[in-house]
Amino acid sequence: MTNKVQNNINGKLNCPVPYSDYKKILLAHGSGGTLTHELITKLFVSQFDNPKLNVLHDSAVLNINGSKLAFTTDSYVVNPVFFPGGNIGSLAVNGTVNDLAMCGAKPLYISAGFIIEEGFSVEDLNLITQTMRKAADLAGVEIVTGDTKVVEHGKGDGIFINTAGIGIIREGIEILPKNCKPGDVILINGKIAEHGIAIMSKRQGFEFETEIVSDCAALNELVEEILNATQNIHMMRDPTRGGVATVLNEVASSSGCGIFIGENSIPISEQVKGACEILGFDPLYVANEGKLIVFVSPNDAEKVLNIMKNHPLGKDSAMLGIVTADNPGKVIIKTSIGTTRIVDMLSGEQLPRIC
Amino acid sequence: MKYIDEYRNHEVVKAVSQAIHKISEKYISVMEICGGQTHTILKYNFEEYLPKNITLIHGPGCPVCVTPVSIIDKAISLASRNDVVLVTFGDMLRVPGSVGDLLSAKANGKDVRMVYSPLDAVKIAGDNPEKKVVFFAVGFETTAPSNARSVIEAKKLNLNNYYLLCANMLVPPAIEALMNNKNVKIRGLLAAGHVCTVMGLKEYEIIAEKYHIPIIATGFEPLDIITGIYEAVGQIEEDRYEVVNKYSRAVSREGNLHAQKLIELVFDKTDKEWRGIGVIPQSGLKLKDEFYEFDAEKNFILDGIEVREPKDCIAGEILQGMKKPADCISFGKICNPEHPLGAPMVSPEGACAAYFRYRQVQQ
Ligand code: SF4
Repeated sequence: MTNKVQNNINGKLNCPVPYSDYKKILLAHGSGGTLTHELITKLFVSQFDNPKLNVLHDSAVLNINGSKLAFTTDSYVVNPVFFPGGNIGSLAVNGTVNDLAMCGAKPLYISAGFIIEEGFSVEDLNLITQTMRKAADLAGVEIVTGDTKVVEHGKGDGIFINTAGIGIIREGIEILPKNCKPGDVILINGKIAEHGIAIMSKRQGFEFETEIVSDCAALNELVEEILNATQNIHMMRDPTRGGVATVLNEVASSSGCGIFIGENSIPISEQVKGACEILGFDPLYVANEGKLIVFVSPNDAEKVLNIMKNHPLGKDSAMLGIVTADNPGKVIIKTSIGTTRIVDMLSGEQLPRIC
Repeated sequence: MKYIDEYRNHEVVKAVSQAIHKISEKYISVMEICGGQTHTILKYNFEEYLPKNITLIHGPGCPVCVTPVSIIDKAISLASRNDVVLVTFGDMLRVPGSVGDLLSAKANGKDVRMVYSPLDAVKIAGDNPEKKVVFFAVGFETTAPSNARSVIEAKKLNLNNYYLLCANMLVPPAIEALMNNKNVKIRGLLAAGHVCTVMGLKEYEIIAEKYHIPIIATGFEPLDIITGIYEAVGQIEEDRYEVVNKYSRAVSREGNLHAQKLIELVFDKTDKEWRGIGVIPQSGLKLKDEFYEFDAEKNFILDGIEVREPKDCIAGEILQGMKKPADCISFGKICNPEHPLGAPMVSPEGACAAYFRYRQVQQ
């Protein structure tokens, strides 16, 4: 035993894995793109290394005394704290509910940890907790434990919230990227890029004729309806940070299949499209907080699409594309002018362009 | 945005492409000047629509790409001062200088801020009288008017803590430098639509006449670009060389006179260094003497910074269209968007970044 440990240590010392080429953490490490992945795989996964973590799903799936549980955590940092369509509180509840739902779990309990900067308005805090309560009620979860820390003025950006959640997974449900098969149909429950652009326009003081509103919402009810209707859902994921393109790339690379989508079939509002033009953003990489991408076997695709369209959170649902045997690990898009190209994983944050 | 969709219509673009196939016989290269156009060409994989005898060459019109290491070093050196707030456009943060970039300076706790307009920088100066606020002004003729306005505004507000680090470049002198370079063989030019919006077409008429080359003012949407190519090919096949405006929804022959006046009021032309290319005479802007107090280069000591160009980066040749990104030994290997060696791998308008993102050749 001792010997083995010794060897392990030596092994690590002799052949250190370069966990990052950067000496300091950059904002791009948190963007959800390639640098985030580099950090997660080379630092966190390589150290914490265990089969449950290594799946890298939205939640960990745990078998405890014969019950299958989903367990997840996420921290929320957003500027501005209040935005059209929600605030950091609704994000914190819905985000964790969605992470559980994406594993096919019924979300049950949530924790809430607050890191509050000295000087933060109590009235605002009250508004945030009210929103959290409402979001939890809507999603049918309870906030059952919590924590509060206050940091000195200047040491935090107003307020940070961490939530963790537990949900229960029904027998027979297994949602994993590796289950995707060529021919699977890829569906989305509505227009993309609304959360990211709502935040961005608020931050930059952009004025549009009608305000762009975040799509922040809990998806567990919709997911439950879908799972009740079919056993052929192979994969689900919510395209939050990094957007639709990032999710598709993740699924392509972990399933070993190719993905083919059509630019003209991506649902997006004219306003969001316009804002993206101005900012020089590709909406495929912009965050959503109330969207899910579903991979379903072709026979059930229409049925699921109809269920989605009939749900209040899915009236603009559409077929994004299909899973292919060609181009394994890659996402290919048919552009609006009829040509094809690769959709890459973005390396850092999208920064607004110069002219 | 319905309006934009018309310029991305499959049927229409295809029809123009077929028309090009019909008229095109000669083996020619056409250069799109602007990085925004390069981006569209790669994003929509234009090669599928062009006959094999037409090669598109990517030009120097990416403001981030042509900003030389020396001035980035100056920006980083200014950012490292505790009394300075360095303000610039988002794109500039990741461009490597001799050592590090502005994003790393920011990660090290320096006050580096990103804005959309230089007027935001003036506001920061007004709000922070105890700090010296330096706006790192990059871009072509398109950003020059708002940079000029920021200086006028700062003067009006009597601010004594607003400075411009001016790296504004001008496109026509760069085109002339390209035309004079024997290694560059281009038969037609797609001029950058938004630059023409500001400056008009007259400067291009002189160049077309002097070098016998058709110049087409072209927009940025797929239909704009393919129409620009069609016009250029048509002229080349018939040995004509005219300036034609194919972006008339935004461009007039005179340009935007008000914007031109703003530029003239605040700036003088000067020789400027372009990344990897060298100094091109009268190819950039500097503040006029009467705005001395706003000139960062005259009010801070910025000499003595040792400039190191990345050894294995061929940005200069890429920016002049003499080589394509895949010809660079570093491309996709030691140089990628996470670890850019040169600026063309950073900016979304840079040719190397566009090839990496949309083609992934040679990875
Ligand atoms: S690939 Fe990188 S190193 Fe090569 S020219 Fe482009 S920026 Fe420079």
